[in-house]
Amino acid sequence: METEDIKRATWRMAHEIIERNHGLDGVVLVGLQTGGVWLATDIARALHEIDGTEPPLGTLDVAFHRDDIGLRPLLPEAPTRIPVNLDGQAVVMVDDVLYTGRTIRAALDALNTYGRPRAVQLAVMVDRGHRELPIRPDYVGKNLPTRRNEMVDAHREGVDIGEVVK
Amino acid sequence: MKHLLSINDLGAEGIDEVCRLADHFTEVSQRPIPKVPALRGKTVAMLFYEDSTRTRLSFEVAARRLSADVMGFGVSSSSVNKGESVRDTVNTISAMGPDALVVRHRSAGVPHQVAGWTNASVINAGDGWHEHPTQALLDCYTIRDRLGSVAGRRIVIVGDIKHSRVARSCVMAFTAQGAKVTLVAPPTLLPPALDSWPVDISFSLDAVLSDCDVVYGLRVQMERQSEALLPSLREYTARWGLTAARAARMNPGALVMHPGPVNRGVEIAPEVLDRPNATLNEQVRHGVAVRMAILYLLLGADPQPRPERDQA
Repeated sequence: METEDIKRATWRMAHEIIERNHGLDGVVLVGLQTGGVWLATDIARALHEIDGTEPPLGTLDVAFHRDDIGLRPLLPEAPTRIPVNLDGQAVVMVDDVLYTGRTIRAALDALNTYGRPRAVQLAVMVDRGHRELPIRPDYVGKNLPTRRNEMVDAHREGVDIGEVVK
Repeated sequence: MKHLLSINDLGAEGIDEVCRLADHFTEVSQRPIPKVPALRGKTVAMLFYEDSTRTRLSFEVAARRLSADVMGFGVSSSSVNKGESVRDTVNTISAMGPDALVVRHRSAGVPHQVAGWTNASVINAGDGWHEHPTQALLDCYTIRDRLGSVAGRRIVIVGDIKHSRVARSCVMAFTAQGAKVTLVAPPTLLPPALDSWPVDISFSLDAVLSDCDVVYGLRVQMERQSEALLPSLREYTARWGLTAARAARMNPGALVMHPGPVNRGVEIAPEVLDRPNATLNEQVRHGVAVRMAILYLLLGADPQPRPERDQA
């Protein structure tokens, strides 16, 4: 994917979010730290240009909710900021790459400590497969078949795939 | 890091890391449900051989907000009253497999000894006149929160330095972070050997008051009144108390701090305690976040071997 592809996918996902939620009433965007924050910011901007309103935008670091605490070094990297009460809201979680689904499980758990959203949806730029949990995205920039030993990095300028030597 | 026995176990970088992590736990504490599952399945045992309200409660709240289990231990209701030694008590509690022991004792060095007797992480919650590292950490965190940084700040610590574990840990923590510390006390309440301490000494609060960013008052330990180290409380307040008149001569943004419990009207005048630059309640609130950070650093942040629980 190139810069223009990323931009088009972002706009398409923004349209889909409006369509699915019949507007932006009660919609809250939450970008997962650190990779999802740029995409959440860009989706918020696109929503503003399309609809004229901009939903509240939060960030979430899921370190304390992960299931691999004690198995690898794990410290939170960036701030969590949830700007509104999530009770009854439709939360759209945003991440750059969806892989095993474990980060999303941790994020769902973390969201529970902020209240009870009426719905939680998931937007990702790249779905690379290899899920280990029953989790699926609602909005996808691109489905990208990968091997497990590859590293996938999605950013504004495109998607990089690197080989990891094990 | 396995234990937190002294501020020196952390160093300047360690203190920075604790404060960064405490920012995250401050956010957790503000959530509608202020609890994360980070230390699920871990057990924190409280071993308090000395009275404490805030430190003990603070550690308990911190452990619970991390989803750890807490084992309480009050000396008055335990076998210590039957003459059980510290070592035997530690062995007994260790056999129940706690992951951390939070230890307070009236004698210096007990937490260090306990660390040699158990596989659990040991946290010093105050030992004699020696150290109280988590108090110093929450004080660093409070100063950073209010003033932006500890580095370059001029901090006056006033009161019974000699018998204060808080003063020792705070001097280490503040100077490690680059603050300039001045100790103010009556000569009878200064420790005998101060040459190796990286601090200035003054016998007059008035002389240093107008030129500092923080006045840190220590508790007058009423139980030491019998030792005749002070002529009277009124004389202490007259010369070393932070009265309203003295507070008025402090820099406008300068902080008034105290580790608690405060003797209102002795170390600090009641009206000074109620001003917005007095940070006593913030110190208590920050204490929970800082202790969460310490527990998480010791029990969660690094890969840990899964404990083999006894099958019997």
